[in-house]
Amino acid sequence: MTELSEESVRMEVRTWLEQNWDENLGLVEWRSRLAGSGWGRPNWPQEWYGRGLSNNLATVVQEEIRQFGAVGAADSGVRMLAAATLLEHATDYIKDKLLHKIITGEDAWCQLFSEPGSGSDLAGLTTKAELKGDNWIINGQKVWTTSAHHANHGLLLARTDWDVPKHKGISYFVLDILQPGVEVRPLRQMNGHASFNEVFMTNAVIPKDMLVGKLNHGWEVAMTTLSHERRLADGLRQMGGTASKSKSKGKIFKELAAELKVESAPYKWYPQRAGRPDLTVNRARETGAINDPVIRQEVAKALTIHQANQWTGRRARQAQKLGRPPGPEGSLGKLAASHVARAAARAHTLTTGANSMLKGSDGDLNGIIAEVLLSVPAVSIAGGTDEIQRNIISERVLGLPKEPRSDTGPFKDVPRNVVS
Amino acid sequence: MLNGAVYSVVNSIQGTDMRYSFTDEQEQFRDFVRKFMSSHSATNAVRVQMETEQGYDRDVWKNLSESLGLPGLLIPEEYGGQGFGAIELGIALEEMGRSLLCAPYLGSSVLATTAILNTGTDKEKNQLLPDLAAGKKIAALALAEPSGQWDAASIETVAQESNGNYRINGTKSFVLDGSSADYIVVVARQENSVGEAGISFFIVDSSAAGLDKRLLDTVDETRKLSELKFTDVAAKPLGTVGDGAEALQQTLNLSYVALANEMMGGAQKLLENALEYAQLRVQFGRLIGSFQSMKHKLADLLMDVELAKSAVYYAAEAAAEGADDLPAVASLAKAFASDTYLKVAAACIQIHGGIGFTWENDTHLYFKRAKSSEVFLGGPDLHRERLIQNWQKS
Ligand SMILES: Cc1cc2nc3c(=O)[nH]c(=O)nc-3n(C[C@H](O)[C@H](O)[C@H](O)COP(=O)(O)OP(=O)(O)OC[C@H]3O[C@@H](n4cnc5c(N)ncnc54)[C@H](O)[C@@H]3O)c2cc1C
Repeated sequence: MTELSEESVRMEVRTWLEQNWDENLGLVEWRSRLAGSGWGRPNWPQEWYGRGLSNNLATVVQEEIRQFGAVGAADSGVRMLAAATLLEHATDYIKDKLLHKIITGEDAWCQLFSEPGSGSDLAGLTTKAELKGDNWIINGQKVWTTSAHHANHGLLLARTDWDVPKHKGISYFVLDILQPGVEVRPLRQMNGHASFNEVFMTNAVIPKDMLVGKLNHGWEVAMTTLSHERRLADGLRQMGGTASKSKSKGKIFKELAAELKVESAPYKWYPQRAGRPDLTVNRARETGAINDPVIRQEVAKALTIHQANQWTGRRARQAQKLGRPPGPEGSLGKLAASHVARAAARAHTLTTGANSMLKGSDGDLNGIIAEVLLSVPAVSIAGGTDEIQRNIISERVLGLPKEPRSDTGPFKDVPRNVVS
Repeated sequence: MLNGAVYSVVNSIQGTDMRYSFTDEQEQFRDFVRKFMSSHSATNAVRVQMETEQGYDRDVWKNLSESLGLPGLLIPEEYGGQGFGAIELGIALEEMGRSLLCAPYLGSSVLATTAILNTGTDKEKNQLLPDLAAGKKIAALALAEPSGQWDAASIETVAQESNGNYRINGTKSFVLDGSSADYIVVVARQENSVGEAGISFFIVDSSAAGLDKRLLDTVDETRKLSELKFTDVAAKPLGTVGDGAEALQQTLNLSYVALANEMMGGAQKLLENALEYAQLRVQFGRLIGSFQSMKHKLADLLMDVELAKSAVYYAAEAAAEGADDLPAVASLAKAFASDTYLKVAAACIQIHGGIGFTWENDTHLYFKRAKSSEVFLGGPDLHRERLIQNWQKS
């Protein structure tokens, strides 16, 4: 595969696009063509709608499709996590059933991991799966489920063995969301958005053959999903910023705009939760707050930590590119992001002054600043709290002694929350 | 009204330094207020009121006025009030802050009432204060403007005189309870005056011609702020026209203290909530309160809250005595209480984890109150500046 040069790949995909692209096709019809040709997901294996190209070459292909002005395979939302996980762990039966519709965007996915009783301690989950005949019967509750209100499939972690240590009794399933045993309720956040859902499963049914990976080995499968999540999270953050900018021309662009609108809605406020450090200096200049020596210092502090964090990320990526062993710089981005967000929120409050009390169209930048102030608290919680990050950094990066644990025995004996 | 014994106590007892402790009667007063708040201002009631335009429950206000006499706390008995001072006011506000009471208390009973007390003639006080004391009328103080500054020098709103009649032109903003008040106490300046000169207080009826009121969309929905536009609005002077800057600053000093006490009450409640949750929530087979990171965080919060308490109590006593160091310590208390409140609110969300970020959990109500109180009447940086400028001791 490596023998293919970037240039020849560009040529090949361009030729194919010239022969096949038609903006008057429906979105699904076009993406089926992409799937059939392997150009939709060129880094997937040849037998599963791909061409077995490297990730770098796949990026080249995507670039080429974009430059050509054509539409690519569906890639928003949790579906890319689903695809990565299924490709690595699922049976051919499942892959055959589900991968095609991931590319075409016909199916939408959600991730059913976090529970009300277990967030930091994800492996302490208590959603129960019991085998009855040919079906798994599911009972339990999930929370923080993005997109569950428009998804039709969920990646589900559930407990299948209570007599073994917690990581060893979890299995990984594909759940059909559109069934009577599954109820989805929106979860409103403190910033007023309802980007997440609570999902209640009451005797929900999963056919036996929708188990992903081996029974009681769901934790390993979940690790695959989570390892792809960070990459995805970066993409989603961009999505909040750039959604629905494409100018609609043919039918396909209208359908694409509609899809993007639905899929990007939950992520609208994501740029704000990072504190919008990008806005601090200009805001201070535009409002004149930059002339206040106190505010000036705080803006400079926010700018400093933001820049330093970005450069740290680049150091990590550069080391990776050069094939060097990862240093500590790669593990600090999440924790640093919390500091950046808080410093930026502080600079924004000072710059905005009394107007920090106002939101919506009365608020500065049409409410964006208020949204920053009300969203930043999520940064140090979502995707693993700051405390958990510090534990990981101190134990795995710094090599400090591990905390003594009290949850290593059979799961049924481990103290846990009583959840209604 | 409360029974006479409670109300017969005055600010200080011989031999006790009231900056560092309360009398038994004051503690009893606190209990009364706390009981009232817990039965009338539970967070589910707060959630109902914050969704309304008026922002408070008239029945609760009536009850709070009639059974506790709280709106008249600061008003001397000769004007129908309770004749108490800043200490009792601080206690009342601390309790209101704990329970996020939705009421025009800070706006009407503190800001506007204090302005009238500090500027009004005896006759004007006789006219205005009894209804405020009884909670029958609500007043608002219109000071800040769209520039968002609460000081005399920033005032641009002008009062023009012709033949002894006054007309006001200008825009006031961030006016607490400005839309629900029966009348507005407007701070304006005489034509062609600058700085602290020419500052005057006026009374404007809420239905006056040329007054345009607009409720603002606030981050903290438990506090209703309005923008008031005055176009040739007829106004009656309150007190002497032209030399109100001093009275304004006195009004603000007491208001900083009141707000600081309110913030500290909120911070204390959040600390209790966080502590309770840390002793309920299990992760990794243990209470989260058993993790050292949680213990350290809670210990730090306790330190902050207790220090803030000392500061706001000290400031209340200084206000009650009219002490020389009031301008400095009022700002010290405002700055410290607001930093503390925000810090505790952010930590309380963090300790709750994801649930702390949801609408359903009460923490965000306090977080938003902390956020708005931080900048209301001036942000902590400004108050630290005022502290340094006014600090006299060597
Ligand atoms: C905006 C937002 C988006 C989210 N999106 C998703 C999502 O897309 N998918 C998903 O699955 N989940 C999502 N979550 C859930 C998130 O992953 C959890 O909220 C988070 O991991 C914390 O878990 P918890 O809420 O149960 O808090 P808890 O784990 O109960 O934590 C409570 C407190 O205890 C502390 N604590 C816990 N364990 C330790 C320890 N060992 N040492 C020290 N301190 C500890 C925590 O740091 C925290 O301060 C989201 C949450 C938020 C707020």
